[in-house]
Amino acid sequence: MDIFLQQLINGLTLGSIYALVALGYTMVYGILGLINFAHGEVVMIGALSSLTFGRWLENSGLPGPLVLLAALLLAALVCMTLGFTIERVAYRPLRNASRLAPLITAIGVSLVLQQLAMLVWGRSYHSVPAWLPAGRHEFLGASFTDVQGVIVAVAALSMAGLMLLVNRTRMGRAMRATAENPAIAGLMGVDTDRMVSLVFVIGSALAALAGVLVSANYGIAHYHMGFILGLKAFTAAVLGGIGNLAGAMVGGVLLGIIEALGAGYIGDLTGGVFGSHYQDVFAFFVLIIVLVFRPSGLLGEKVAERT
Amino acid sequence: MTVLLEAVGVGKRFGGVQALKDVSLTIHAGEIYGLIGPNGAGKTTFFNVLTGLYVRDAGELRLAGRPLNLASPHEVAKAGIARTFQNIRLFGNMTACENVMVGRHVRTQAGVVGAVLRTAATRAEEAAIRRAAEELLHYVGIGHCAGTIARHLSYGDQRRLEIARALATEPKLLALDEPAAGMNATETAALRSLIDGLRADGLTVLLIEHDVKLVMGLCDRVAVLDDGEKIAEDVPAAVQANPKVIEAYLGASHA
Repeated sequence: MDIFLQQLINGLTLGSIYALVALGYTMVYGILGLINFAHGEVVMIGALSSLTFGRWLENSGLPGPLVLLAALLLAALVCMTLGFTIERVAYRPLRNASRLAPLITAIGVSLVLQQLAMLVWGRSYHSVPAWLPAGRHEFLGASFTDVQGVIVAVAALSMAGLMLLVNRTRMGRAMRATAENPAIAGLMGVDTDRMVSLVFVIGSALAALAGVLVSANYGIAHYHMGFILGLKAFTAAVLGGIGNLAGAMVGGVLLGIIEALGAGYIGDLTGGVFGSHYQDVFAFFVLIIVLVFRPSGLLGEKVAERT
Repeated sequence: MTVLLEAVGVGKRFGGVQALKDVSLTIHAGEIYGLIGPNGAGKTTFFNVLTGLYVRDAGELRLAGRPLNLASPHEVAKAGIARTFQNIRLFGNMTACENVMVGRHVRTQAGVVGAVLRTAATRAEEAAIRRAAEELLHYVGIGHCAGTIARHLSYGDQRRLEIARALATEPKLLALDEPAAGMNATETAALRSLIDGLRADGLTVLLIEHDVKLVMGLCDRVAVLDDGEKIAEDVPAAVQANPKVIEAYLGASHA
């Protein structure tokens, strides 16, 4: 089996999920200049609530993929409500505070959500039923599963949809205008508060999707899963250039591939001293490298501090 | 003549500085109304109060008889006031056409649902927005720049774009904050015919300007602010001869 190609496929799968989550970070940063550290927990709530909805729906006798789809839609509703509420309750009152205040609040929101999830879903790992077909396809000496195919396809489609929404519609234009200059966007009749809410709602829907996909990929979900995933997606957003939508997608996919290739080869390269369980190290290694050598990211422009 | 904008006793204070003191003025529909005064007289503060960027401390504003007690700028835009800025403020990373299309936001409706479902109504509205934006770009004379990123436009064209974007909101009152600032004589002449054309098309214009020749040649009536207070309001020739105005600009010994 071709390890390189295999890890590329695995990395693309993982990277698609990172990209979906990174979009949430980058959109919020673009419009508010805020790193929403609670975003990873929204992914976690998406995964766990879709699991709960899926288990209810299973008894209805629907076929697996439909159960998953319905569970996804319900989980997306939960997350969109959650994202809207987080912005309203935790961030909006701090809109004019110093930059540190909303950042600390974000960490606080993240902890609150984790603890709430622990109370609702308990501390144990939940296994996620395989609602998607478990087929495996050979491809040039490597193989990919149906689940992996679905993940990449769904992520690509939703990102294309987002780009269309942002670049080709009245709402998207108003969002970009608000991100560039909220005061002037307001004078053009854009309700900027609504645009901020909209960004949180869209980001949370993508987070729910990512949560469902990541738990389908690993077959497991737990209350703590959002933390590392969120940090890695944040890394992906920084890698691509935070605030830049295309950057978040490129950064996500790239980070997934770097991680997968790193995990695939680290054992051979270090003579077995480090194993593939060091996978997580690569993401943060990348974060440090980017912050040192190209803080504006791959596609980000050098921007002066906003005054 | 019908009154379009009526300001009664408007005041605005920043800490110890009284930036606007009991300013009252009336602008008639269809006229070009000039607002002049030395630097720091409060002209731009008046604009900011008028467009909802600052909250006034005292006084009343009425647009076409309706009180303007609006909490946020987007409601001011909806009421029918649009403005440009002394230091141009475009959406620099969007194209000229997109800048004007954002200006159509307040007069259009399509929401997220329509955008996701791509309904016929949404698509028709989007096409209408684009058409209106292109027409406005032609109207101000930069139709050929529709696809150019706004910050790549020349200075004069950026000013024109800002006017086109303001016009896109279908204002009753267009407020121009020093539109000729930094322009050469040719550009100023072109700007003058553009503003003349706006009046001919029935728009009411409130103009802040330092270029005295432009103000005197263009405006139907002129108000003079000094130190936050209105010291004169009349036709240009009378304002020019007013001793208080000469004193404000040149000092007491010249009056």
